Amino acid sequence: MIRTEEMMLNVGPQHPSTHGVFRLVIKVDGETIVEATPVIGYLHRGTEKLAEDLQYTQIIPYTDRMDYISAMTNNYVLCHAVETMMGAELPDRAEYLRVLAMELGRVASHLVWFGTYLLDIGAVSPFLYAFREREMIINLLNELSGARLTFNYMRVGGVKWDAPDGWLEKVREFVPYMREQLKGYHDLVTGNEIFLNRVKGIGKYTKEEAIQYSLSGANLRCTGVEWDLRKHETYSVYDRFDFNVITREGGDAWSRYQCRMAEIEESLKIIEQAVEQIPDDGKYMGKVPRIIKAPKGEAFVRIESPRGEIGCYIASEGKKEPYRLKFRRPSFYNLQILPKLLKGENMANLITILGGVDIVLGEVDG
Amino acid sequence: MSDDKELEKKKAAEEARSKAEELKREKAEQEPPEEKVKNSKIAPDKEEDPSDEKESDKELAKKKAAAAAKAKAAALAKKKAKEQKETESGKKEDTDEESSKKKPVKEAAEADRKQKEQEAEPKDADTEEDKEKKKAAAAAKAKAAAKRKKEAAEGADGEDEKAKAVAAAKAKAAAARAKKKAADKGEEEEEKPSPNQPLLDKYVKVLKDHLGEDIFEDFYINRLSKHVPTLVAKRDTYHRIAEFLRFNDQLGFDYLSELHGTDFESHMEVYVHLFSFKNLQSLALKVKIDRDNPEIDSVVDLWQGANWPECEAYDLLGIRFRNHPDLKRILLGEDWVGHPMRKDYEPYDVEV
Repeated sequence: MIRTEEMMLNVGPQHPSTHGVFRLVIKVDGETIVEATPVIGYLHRGTEKLAEDLQYTQIIPYTDRMDYISAMTNNYVLCHAVETMMGAELPDRAEYLRVLAMELGRVASHLVWFGTYLLDIGAVSPFLYAFREREMIINLLNELSGARLTFNYMRVGGVKWDAPDGWLEKVREFVPYMREQLKGYHDLVTGNEIFLNRVKGIGKYTKEEAIQYSLSGANLRCTGVEWDLRKHETYSVYDRFDFNVITREGGDAWSRYQCRMAEIEESLKIIEQAVEQIPDDGKYMGKVPRIIKAPKGEAFVRIESPRGEIGCYIASEGKKEPYRLKFRRPSFYNLQILPKLLKGENMANLITILGGVDIVLGEVDG
Repeated sequence: MSDDKELEKKKAAEEARSKAEELKREKAEQEPPEEKVKNSKIAPDKEEDPSDEKESDKELAKKKAAAAAKAKAAALAKKKAKEQKETESGKKEDTDEESSKKKPVKEAAEADRKQKEQEAEPKDADTEEDKEKKKAAAAAKAKAAAKRKKEAAEGADGEDEKAKAVAAAKAKAAAARAKKKAADKGEEEEEKPSPNQPLLDKYVKVLKDHLGEDIFEDFYINRLSKHVPTLVAKRDTYHRIAEFLRFNDQLGFDYLSELHGTDFESHMEVYVHLFSFKNLQSLALKVKIDRDNPEIDSVVDLWQGANWPECEAYDLLGIRFRNHPDLKRILLGEDWVGHPMRKDYEPYDVEV
C-alpha cells in the first residue's frame, strides 16, 4: 500500500497567480488539499485610520488605491456616502459622467480579470487581447481624469471637471468596437474544450452557501441569485437605463466566467445609453459648501462594484473629517469561502478556484 | 523548531502580561496612578523565570509585556481618574463586579443630568434663584475638589490636575452632545414620518412579542443612512435578536452585508448591516459594549460571512467575540501591540 505524508506548502505571498501579495498556507496529502489557510494583510495601509485625520476630499485619492483595478467605483462610494448624509443634489451631467466612468471601469476590470484568469490557467494569448482593449479604456479615462489608474476624479457634489471635447464621441465609437472584440474572445476561449474542462464544475457552491458566506457580485449571481445593487437598490441614474442582471445557475467557475463576460455586454449597453442621454449643459458640479462637512450621525451605503458589493460607513461628528470611516470591501468578504472551496480539492484546481473569486489585494487588505 | 521557539516566546509574553496585570490589580486599590504605572513597568522583570531561552527572545517578550502592561495601566489610570471625577468622592475600594459596573453608569447619568440642568439655564435671565443655585453648585464643586485633593495628596497632584481637566472637558462635551441630540429630536418630530417607519414598528413588535419587552436599548430610523431601520440591542440580547432575525421565517435576514466596530470613546459599538433576500429589506443592528472590556457574542454561528469581519474588528479595535471559531489578528501581525483603530492607540515600535 502506498502511504503519503502530509506536506505543508506556501503559495505566495509573491506568487504571480495571487495578483498581489496574498499567501495561502496549504496542507497537501499527495495531490489533494487537506486544508488551506489564507494569510492576508501584506498590503494593509491603514486607510481607515489615515482617513480620520483627512478631509473628505482628501480621502478620495486613498480610495483609488484600494481596488486599484476599478478605482472609479471606490471614488463613487465615498462621495455617495457623504452626499447621502448631506442630502446633496447633483446635476444630471455629473451623474452621467460618473456612470460612464464607472461602467468603463467595470469593463476594464472584467477585462483584466478575463486576461489574467486565462493566463493563470494556461492560456497566454487572451491576456494580450484583453489588455489591448483595456488600454483603450485606460486612455479614455486618462483623458477624462488625468490619470491612468488612480483617477481621483469624483468629488463630493459632482466630478472634478467636465469631459474634454470629443470625449463622448470617442466613448460612443468604443462601444461597437468592444462588442466586435468580445465576439473574438468568445470564439477564442468560450468554446475551447481545454478551458471548459478546467472550469466546468470546479469550485462549486450553492445559493445558500453563497448567501451564508456574504458573497456578492458575480460570485453570488453565478448561483442564480438575481441581485445587483444597480438595479435593485438603485443609485445615481441607473434607473434610467435598460440593462439586465446576469445570473447563471451552476455556481462553479464556469458560471462565474459566463456572468462576468455577459456583464461586459450589459455595461456596454449602459455606456451606449448614457452617451445618448447625457445633457449638454456643462454643469458638472452641484451646489455644495466649499468645505465639506457631513452632518452629525452615521450612514452606511453600498453600491455595486465589479467585484461585488462595496460599502462605505461614515460616523461623523459634523466636522471636516470623518470620526470613523469604514469600507465594506467585497474582495475581503468574497475570499472567506476559499478555505471551504479548497478543502478536498485537487492541487491543480487551486489557481482556477482562487482566480475565479476575482480578488484585488489592495481591497482585501484595505 | 522555529515554531517551537515562537510558541515559547508567546507563552512567556502571555505569562508576563497576565502576571503584570494581576500585580497591577492588587496595587490598584491602594496606590495613586503614577506609582501604578511604574510598578507595572517593573513587574515583568520581577516575574521572569530563568529559562534557557535566547537573550533576544527574552528581551523582546519583556519589551512587549512591558508595553502591554504600560498601555493597560495607562488605560486603568485614565478610567480611574474619570470615575473619580464622576463619582465626586474619589473613593473607589469597591471590587465587587456587579456594583462597580452599575455604579458609575448611574452616577454618570446623574452627573449628566446635573450638567444638562446647568446648561439649560437661560444665559440672559440671571435671576436671584439662578445665582443662588450657581453659588451652591460652585461651593459643592470646590468642596469636592478639596476632598479629591486630599485623597490624592501623595504626590499625584499633577496627574490629578490633568485628569480633572480631561474629565471636565469630557463632561462638557457629553452635555453638549445631549443638548444637540435633544434639539435634533425636536426637529425630527416636525418632519413627516419615514417611509420605513412601518417596517421598524413591525420588527420591534415581532421581536418584543417573541423575546420579551426589555430587549432593546433603542430603536429608530436612521434618516441619514437612507432611512434604514436601526435596532440597538442590549449586550445580553444581541445574539438572541440576531438569531431571531436570521431564522424567523417572516423576517429572514439571511445576508450579512457588513460588520464592523467603532470606538466612540464613551463606548465601543458593533454595527451589523443585515439584508433579507426574501423581503428585500435592509436592517442595521447595533450593540454598545464596554470600552474597557470589549467583549460580545460572535454571530459567526448565524452568518459564516461574519468570520473575517469579526477578526478585523478584533484586530483593529480589540473587540473579543465570544465563541468565534478562530479569532486572530487578520490584517496586522500576531506580534502587533495595541489596536490601531482605538482612539487612544499609541504606536509602539520595538526598534524605537
